[in-house]
Amino acid sequence: MRLSMDLELLDRPGQLLTALQPLRDNKANIISVVHQRERKTPRGNVPVRIVVEMDRSKLEAVKGQLQSSGITVVRIGEVRFVEDESVVLIGHVLDSDLGDTIHRIDSTGFAEVMDLSITMPGVDDPSTAYLKIRATGKEEIQKALSILREVGIEKKLLVIEPIGDDAA
Amino acid sequence: MRDVKIALVGYGIVGHGVVDVLSRKRKMLREMGLNLRLVSVTDHTGTIASEEGIDGEKILGEKTLGKVATSCMKGKEAIDAIDSDLVIEVTPTNIVHGQPGLGHMEAALSGGKHVVTSNKGPLVVSFNKLHKMAENNGVMLKFEATVGGTMPLISLVERTLVGNTIRGIRGVFNGTCNYILTRMTDESIPYAHALSEAQDLGIAEADPSYDVEGVDAAGKVVILANALFGMNIKYSDVEVTGIAGITPEALGLAKDKGYAIKLIGDVPALTVRPTLVPLASPINVSGTLNSAAIYTDLSGTITVTGLGAGSIETASAILSDVISIYRTKRIDAIF
Repeated sequence: MRLSMDLELLDRPGQLLTALQPLRDNKANIISVVHQRERKTPRGNVPVRIVVEMDRSKLEAVKGQLQSSGITVVRIGEVRFVEDESVVLIGHVLDSDLGDTIHRIDSTGFAEVMDLSITMPGVDDPSTAYLKIRATGKEEIQKALSILREVGIEKKLLVIEPIGDDAA
Repeated sequence: MRDVKIALVGYGIVGHGVVDVLSRKRKMLREMGLNLRLVSVTDHTGTIASEEGIDGEKILGEKTLGKVATSCMKGKEAIDAIDSDLVIEVTPTNIVHGQPGLGHMEAALSGGKHVVTSNKGPLVVSFNKLHKMAENNGVMLKFEATVGGTMPLISLVERTLVGNTIRGIRGVFNGTCNYILTRMTDESIPYAHALSEAQDLGIAEADPSYDVEGVDAAGKVVILANALFGMNIKYSDVEVTGIAGITPEALGLAKDKGYAIKLIGDVPALTVRPTLVPLASPINVSGTLNSAAIYTDLSGTITVTGLGAGSIETASAILSDVISIYRTKRIDAIF
């Protein structure tokens, strides 16, 4: 699972290493560390955002270790949506209940529509919707695309999918 | 000097290109040690034959062989009767039954003659059978011109990238569709208008369905799958969607978001369908160009682009195939 942690460090040498130690001890894979010494909090602490890939069961242990080393844990949250893809739908996008189309993606729990643009050239002409979908992983993106493919068949919409980065 | 007797079957746009290119390149070929002698040309009206070699200048002005034919032999009959080493088969393609090209190729291969072709139909219908036939008769079947015209794809994979495992090939395999989509995007014109423009320019046929419904691109997917991926598939195994449903508004919206919509063929997924391609992607080519991205295990992704059709361009791919037959050094033949 991918987690994002907002921590506050005392403005003292060695604090960042101290903050990373519990992550290392619990075999967390560090994705990114953003350390902004020049942007202090009102209390004079240094904010740090660390994104890690780790086992959820180790979360409490990490939290405890951080706190006992004097590091303030402001927030720990799951980074849920790590992949996104674009899709274009052509046809009677609105008349075929666009709300329902979006709901089919959003209701999965693993994917959601994060951006939507529509063009409508004329009442009887086919309209176009551009959807940006995000999901919790590559596999989930593929599942969301296959849901749209089924919706396309059912609602007679032409679904234009993105070309993949690499061969399957 | 290696003397090669060539029989050309089919005298349409590509056939004329072949006669033209063979005559233009005669000197260069001789310097390479190849004397390519065009001993016969056959079309639906008959055959012109000459043991010394036909002078291209004398027949290039003729649309068909009607006035210059020296015999009324056609098709298989001519292939069997005329003594040749290699048959260039460029008759009109038919993707459903492969004829008449399929019969021509079978006659040539079973008679121990190499075959070089730009004709997709017979390969789509019967690739594995033709391939076996060539092997059993100790001759070669070469077909670079069937996919992507002059764009080197089959020889690139079979020779240059040999040793790599090819994980997939995706690309723009139909220049007519690509031209229509490019014009629709650039000028915000509807599909029907861009199509009629392409027809006026001779880029699209009077009956455009073969191109715009994705049939042609799907035929190429079948050839690539069978020839380069060792698959054994038929046309009906490919899931095909054409471009008739694409609107200029969709192209405009996609472009605003950083994408082009291209008709993309995919092997081994076996699909042909309109697809979002990032504007910066090297396979996003415009006009009548074709392109292909080859995904390999050792060399990463390799992209080629080139003209997908045209008389001289297709003849160029045919000429490369002809030369490669006589330059082939098999691994077990090196000593």
